[in-house]
Amino acid sequence: MSREQKAVERARKAFLTGRSKSLEYRITQLKNLLRFVRERQNEIAEGLKKDLRRSEFGTPLYETLGLESEINLAVRKLKDWAAPRPVSKSMMTISDQVYIQPEPLGVVLVIGAWNYPWAVTIGPLIGAIAAGNAAVIKPSEVSSHTSKVMEDLLPLYLDKELYPVVTGGVTETQELLKQRFDHIFYTGNGTVAKIIMEAAAKHLTPSTLELGGKSPCYIDNNCDLAVACRRIAWGKYSNCGQTCIAPDYILCDPSIQDRVIEEIKKNIKEFYTEDPKKCLDYGRIINERHFKRLMALMEGSSVAVGGENDESECYIAPTVLRDVKPDAKVMQEEIFGPLLPVLTVSGADEAIKFINQREKPLALYIFSSDNKLIKRMIAETSSGGVLANDCLMHFSESSLPFGGVGNSGMGRYHGKYGFDHLSHLRGCLIKQLKMEGVNKMRYPPHTADKLGWARFFILKHVDFGSVGRMALLALLAVFVAVILQRNYTD
Amino acid sequence: MESQKQVLERLRGAFRSGVTRPVQFRLTQLKAMMSLFEDNEKLILEAMHKDLAKPKFEAVLSEIELVVNDICCTISNLQTWMQDSYVGTNLATKLDDCFVRREPLGVVLIIGAWNYPLQLIMSPLIGAIAAGNCAILKPSEISQATEKLLAELIPKYLSQKCYAVICGGAEETKTLLENRFDHIFYTGSQSVARCILQAAAVHLTPVTLELGGKCPCLIYGRLDMKAAAKRLVWAKFFNAGQSCVAPDYVLCTAETREMLLPFIKEALESFYGSEPQQSPDMGRIVTDRHWNRLVEMLKKSEGKVVIGGESVKEAKYIAPTVVVDVTESDALMQEEIFGPILPILTIKSLDEGINFMNEREKPLALYAFSDESQVIATVLERTSSGGFCSNDGIAHMTLPGLPFGGVGASGMGNYHGRWSFETFSHKRGCMLRGWGLERVNVLRYPPYTESNLSWLRWATTAKTKGWASCSLM
Repeated sequence: MSREQKAVERARKAFLTGRSKSLEYRITQLKNLLRFVRERQNEIAEGLKKDLRRSEFGTPLYETLGLESEINLAVRKLKDWAAPRPVSKSMMTISDQVYIQPEPLGVVLVIGAWNYPWAVTIGPLIGAIAAGNAAVIKPSEVSSHTSKVMEDLLPLYLDKELYPVVTGGVTETQELLKQRFDHIFYTGNGTVAKIIMEAAAKHLTPSTLELGGKSPCYIDNNCDLAVACRRIAWGKYSNCGQTCIAPDYILCDPSIQDRVIEEIKKNIKEFYTEDPKKCLDYGRIINERHFKRLMALMEGSSVAVGGENDESECYIAPTVLRDVKPDAKVMQEEIFGPLLPVLTVSGADEAIKFINQREKPLALYIFSSDNKLIKRMIAETSSGGVLANDCLMHFSESSLPFGGVGNSGMGRYHGKYGFDHLSHLRGCLIKQLKMEGVNKMRYPPHTADKLGWARFFILKHVDFGSVGRMALLALLAVFVAVILQRNYTD
Repeated sequence: MESQKQVLERLRGAFRSGVTRPVQFRLTQLKAMMSLFEDNEKLILEAMHKDLAKPKFEAVLSEIELVVNDICCTISNLQTWMQDSYVGTNLATKLDDCFVRREPLGVVLIIGAWNYPLQLIMSPLIGAIAAGNCAILKPSEISQATEKLLAELIPKYLSQKCYAVICGGAEETKTLLENRFDHIFYTGSQSVARCILQAAAVHLTPVTLELGGKCPCLIYGRLDMKAAAKRLVWAKFFNAGQSCVAPDYVLCTAETREMLLPFIKEALESFYGSEPQQSPDMGRIVTDRHWNRLVEMLKKSEGKVVIGGESVKEAKYIAPTVVVDVTESDALMQEEIFGPILPILTIKSLDEGINFMNEREKPLALYAFSDESQVIATVLERTSSGGFCSNDGIAHMTLPGLPFGGVGASGMGNYHGRWSFETFSHKRGCMLRGWGLERVNVLRYPPYTESNLSWLRWATTAKTKGWASCSLM
C-alpha cells in the first residue's frame, strides 16, 4: 500500500470512529490550529522567506491574520452553523419536524497552492474541520520549505490521523487522486483543475476549484486617481503579483493613461524605495520557470516603469507596460507576476465589452466615484467576486463567499460558506405514526375527491407562527376526524 | 432542422443579449410554464399513461401538482430571492457596502429521467428560468410519449430564443456533452453520471447529479404496525417502485416482520384489490428491458416470495411483491431495485441495522419507522443519506423548503424551491469601498512596520471580541 493510500485509509478509519463529529472536538482542533498559527509564527515566516522572500510582516499580513480571524469566527459560530435549520412546512407536515441538518461529508482532500501557501491550504482546512470532516492536506511542493513546516509541525497540534499532511509532487498527488474522497478542494490553475475533476469523476466526488484568470481593473475618468493607483499598486505588487486576485491588467481612457502610470510609479517608489531589489518588503518570483515565463510575456510591449530583472535572484522589478494591445503576449494568459499592462478603452461600454469577450475572471475591479457606473458594470459583467475602489480586500471579508465562476472556478468558501460547502445539508422530515387519518387521501383506490384533498394537504405551503400552527392543528384534527372518517371507513 | 451547435449558439446569443435577466421576463416564462400544465392536463396524463401506465392520481400529484406548486412558490418569492443580500463586516470594512448578488450562469443543460419524465425536467427548469439562464432540455428517450410532448409544448409556451428541447439517445447526448455549458443538471444513474462528470471536466462545468442507490427502510422497536405498513406500501409501490426515493429494502427483526407482513398484505389489498393487475391504480414497468431485469433479479433471488411474485410480460406488469429471508449477497441486494419488489432482511439489533446501512453507499433517502423517538434519533445521528424521513416514505421530497439531493454515490448538489434558484445562480461576493479612510489603509502599505501591524490586527479581530456593533461607524 502506498504512503498516500495509507494516509487516506487512516483518515477514513479515524473519521468512522465518529470523533470528529462532536462540536467540542472540532472546536478543540480549531483552537489547536489557532495556537499553532500563533506559536509558530517564526517557523512559518522562515519558510515563507525561503520560498517567496516574504517579508517579516508579510506573514501575518497576508497569511496568518486572515486565518486567525477565520478560526475565531468558526469557533464562535460553530454551534449556530451546525444546528438544525428549520424550514417551512406543508399542511400535511404541520405537526412534524422539518429541518435541514448539516452533516460532515467524510474525508476531504485539500490541495494547496504555493503563492499564499498558508492562506489557501489552511483556509479550506478550517471549513473542513468545522464541518466535522477528516482532511488530507496536500501542500504545494513548489513552496517546499512551507510544505516541510506543515509536515513537521501541524501533527504536533492537530489530530494526526484525522488531518494528515501528505507532501510530494505530481506523482504523489496522482496517487492521492486515485483514492476515494468525499470532496476535493483544489486551489491552483485550470489545467490541473481539469485533471482533478476527471479523477474525481471516477468516484463521483464533488470538487471545489479555486482557480484564477485575468482579473480586469477598470479605472474610470471620474475617480480619485491618486488613491486608486495607490490601492492598485498595493494589490498588484504584493507578493510580486503572484496572487490569484491580483489586478491583472488595467483598462482606462487614453487621456488618463499617463497620469495612471505616473501615480503607480510614485507608489512603487513609496512602497519599495528607488531600488526594490534591495527592499525587504518586495518579494521574488517563486522559481526560474515562472521567471522565464514572465520575461517572455513582456516581449512586444513597451515598458513604462520598471522592467529590470535578475535571473539569478528571480527578481523582476515592479513593472508597468503601456499602450498594450489585446493580442499582446502579456494578454494571452494570467500574468501572476509584477507586470501591469495598461490597455486603453474609450469608456465603460468598451471596457464592459472587452471584459465580456474574455473568460469570467476570479475578481473584477472597478475604480469610480460614480456609484451608478459601478452598479452598471456589475450588472453587465460576470466574475467570481467584485471589489470597487480597492484591491484584494474582499478576500478578507468572511461574510462574503469567495470563489470563481466559469473558468475561474466552482464552489466557494470563507466563513459560513466554507462550513456549508464542506457539509452535507441533509433534508429531514420527522413524522409520527399518528394522524393517519390525514394520510388516507393519498392512498389508493384513488378518487377525484381524494385527489382534491391531497392537493391541498400535501402541497400547499404554509408559513405560520407557532400560535397559528397550534390553532390550525387543533382545527385540522377535528376537521379530519369528522369529515374524512365519515366518508372513508377502514 | 437546427443542429445541436446551432441551437446552443442561438441560446448563447440570447443570453448575451440580456433578455433573460429582468425579473419580468422570468416571471412571464414561469407563468407560461404554469399555463403549459393547466392547458394540457389531458395530454400530459395520456403521455404518462402511454409511457408508464401511470395512474391518474399519481401523475396528477407527482408530475403536475408538485411542479405547479414549485412554480407558484417560485413566482411568489422570486423578487425576494433575487435581491442582493447585505452582509456584516469587520471593523476594517465597516463603512463599505458588502453584499452577495445572485446572477445567472449562462446556458444550462438539463437531462431528465424516464420515471417521472415531466417532473424531473420541469422542476429543474423552474430554477434555471428563475435564476435568469437559458436552458437546453434533454428529456429521456425511454419515456417517448413525454419526450414527444415536451418537444411540442415547450416551444409553444416558452421563449424559443432562450429554451430548447433536444431529443435523442445515448449518441446524441454524448455529442451534446462535448459542448460547453455553464451548468449541467443530470438525473439518472451512477454510471452515466461518471461520463457526465468527465465531459464536464473538459470545460470545468459545475454539475448537479441526482442519482439513486438503495434507500434502506429500518423498522424497529415499538410501533403502530398498521400505519407503518400503509405508508411503507404506499411509498414502495408508487409508480410501481420506480422512484429514486422509493424504500428499496426493509431491515427489521424477525418478530417485527411477522407482525408487519399481515398488515402489508392488508394494505396492498385495500390499495389495489385482490387482483392488482386489474387495479387502475397500479403502474407498469417502463420498458421490456427493465421488466426483464426485474424478473431475472427475482428469479435469481434466494429469498422466499411471500406476497405477489406474478408477472405478465406483454403487459409489462409485475405484481407488488414481498420477499423475505433475503441476505446481503442476494441478487436483490446488488443494485437499486427500481421496481415493485420489496426484500425484507432480518436483523437482530438496531446496531446491526445501522452498521448494515453504513457499510453501503450513502443512499438518496433513508427511512426509519418507529414510535420510539430514541430509535429515530439514533438512526439519524449515526447514518448519512441525501435526505431522511421518519415514519413515512417519499414525503420529504414534497417540501420545497428542504434541499433535495444526494451525497456520496447518490449525487451532488440539490434543488427544489429556493434551492433550485441557488443551484442555477452564481453567488457573487461584492464589496464597494469608498475613497475615504485612506489613512486607515496606510496601515497595510509598505514599508511594513510593527506598529501598523498591531493596529491592523486590532481592527480585524475586534469583531471577535464583541466590538462589532460600533454604531458610530
